[in-house]
Amino acid sequence: MIKIRGLNKRYGQFDALKGIDLDVAPGEFLVVLGPSGAGKSTLLRCINRLTEPTQGDIHIDGQLATADRASLRKLRRQVAMIFQHYNVVPRLSVQKNVLTGRLGAMPSVLSWLQIFPRKDVAIARECLRRVELDEKAELRTDTLSGGQKQRVGIARALAQQPKIILADEPVASLDPKTSRTVLTYLKQASRDLGITVVCNLHQIEYAREFGERIVGVSAGRVVFEGGPAELTDEVLSRIYPGLPDPNQASGSPARGDEPAVDVRKFAIEEA
Amino acid sequence: MNIGSYSLLVARPSASLGWWPRIATGAAIVAVLWWAARGAQVSVTELSKGLPWIGDFLGRMFPPNWAFIDKLIVPAVETIQIAIWGTLLAVVLAVPFCFLAARNLTPNAVVFQITRQFFNITRGINEIILALVFVAAVGLGPFPGVLALAVHGAGMLGKFFSESIEEIDQGPIEALRSTGAGPIQIIIFGVLPQVITAWIAVILYRFETNLRQATVLGMVGAGGIGFELVGSMKLFQYQDTATCILVIIAMVMAADYASTRLRAWIQKGAH
Repeated sequence: MIKIRGLNKRYGQFDALKGIDLDVAPGEFLVVLGPSGAGKSTLLRCINRLTEPTQGDIHIDGQLATADRASLRKLRRQVAMIFQHYNVVPRLSVQKNVLTGRLGAMPSVLSWLQIFPRKDVAIARECLRRVELDEKAELRTDTLSGGQKQRVGIARALAQQPKIILADEPVASLDPKTSRTVLTYLKQASRDLGITVVCNLHQIEYAREFGERIVGVSAGRVVFEGGPAELTDEVLSRIYPGLPDPNQASGSPARGDEPAVDVRKFAIEEA
Repeated sequence: MNIGSYSLLVARPSASLGWWPRIATGAAIVAVLWWAARGAQVSVTELSKGLPWIGDFLGRMFPPNWAFIDKLIVPAVETIQIAIWGTLLAVVLAVPFCFLAARNLTPNAVVFQITRQFFNITRGINEIILALVFVAAVGLGPFPGVLALAVHGAGMLGKFFSESIEEIDQGPIEALRSTGAGPIQIIIFGVLPQVITAWIAVILYRFETNLRQATVLGMVGAGGIGFELVGSMKLFQYQDTATCILVIIAMVMAADYASTRLRAWIQKGAH
């Protein structure tokens, strides 16, 4: 579904990505695991070209992605994105936020006048039902909690009826319980609908729990590819270099449900 | 330093030169004020010599000629009408360009500079001067007044609109871009919901300013109550002049009160 070859991204003097090769199979739930600043976000953003790669080819569903306007919009209609900070429009209703996922596929002029095809409204409703927020459809989105906002973000992505969903740290701002709920909705929907998901995470236990396959990224390179079972301590120290003992610092199986360091910090902030 | 039972507490300047830089600055300020007073012929003796004349003038204005109000109703209403259309046309002129003059939405630096400078120039010219120009161009009457308010107001509103766009949260914009939405869809669904309350508040404020300005536009023949004001003075009907001034004060206060209440109400609704 996605084929990436020799992907490089350079910001000034800093190499964010250093020759990434990656294949993602159709319908797969792939977790990209790595510390903050490893280049996970840049990798995802290069796929839908919110960031223009410096070098390298990306094929999506057999098509080489290019930067011209028309093919870019076509590409983005097929590839939805979910963001760490939800990026929902606070003053719009929940339903309208989900409908914005349909904007690329509906007549522009009518949408400017807030007139939407009934078929698209029905799709939006259906997507809200999947994340169990259909009762909140008429509410303004800024009245929702963080976890609910992210479910709106998922519904908006699903409303695009995409082939691929890119999820960039979708639960990094949420507490552990909500995180699990949100990831469950995402995984369930993508499995039901056969959508390929590439999900960035920095929490090892979620990667193990939700990833069908895991790619470890460190300092702009792929340092591991394999199933959740292959994620050993030796592998983790490759992904998180400089950690003397992965058991201590990053929530290995021995620590069970303990959230990773960052999650705990965010949970406190939210409280 | 102690003065009786009081202490003078002034921090010593930390610079090595001690008090000298401050003394020099003070001397420079005094010099500039003296120079400006010479040029502007600011003079206490002139003021004291003129005081009886000012008193005489005010005496002639008293009592205001209340019967003159009958003749003021039509021009007062016209003043309000000028302010309404001056404000509306200013909004119509400012809105299409403000997106191009916002750093985060502008297609390129050249367009950004051109639109910003357009707003700067129109804002830089006083309404009265614009009214003089438009009176010469389209003739006496309220319409040149409307045009003058529209052009000056467009510069004012355009600058404010584009600056408020620069302050919005970029996340939702990026999310809409990633759904494949077009530029106008992004503005309508991502930008406008974030800025609209601020815009309405500033448009109301602009209307208030325009009403105040419209009361003096008549002095240069651009319609409204100012025409009656100047006319009555030219005919030495100072009691009529007094009535005009009182009506203007009443109008401005009413507009000020109404727009302050409306803005407070809208801002409250925004939270």
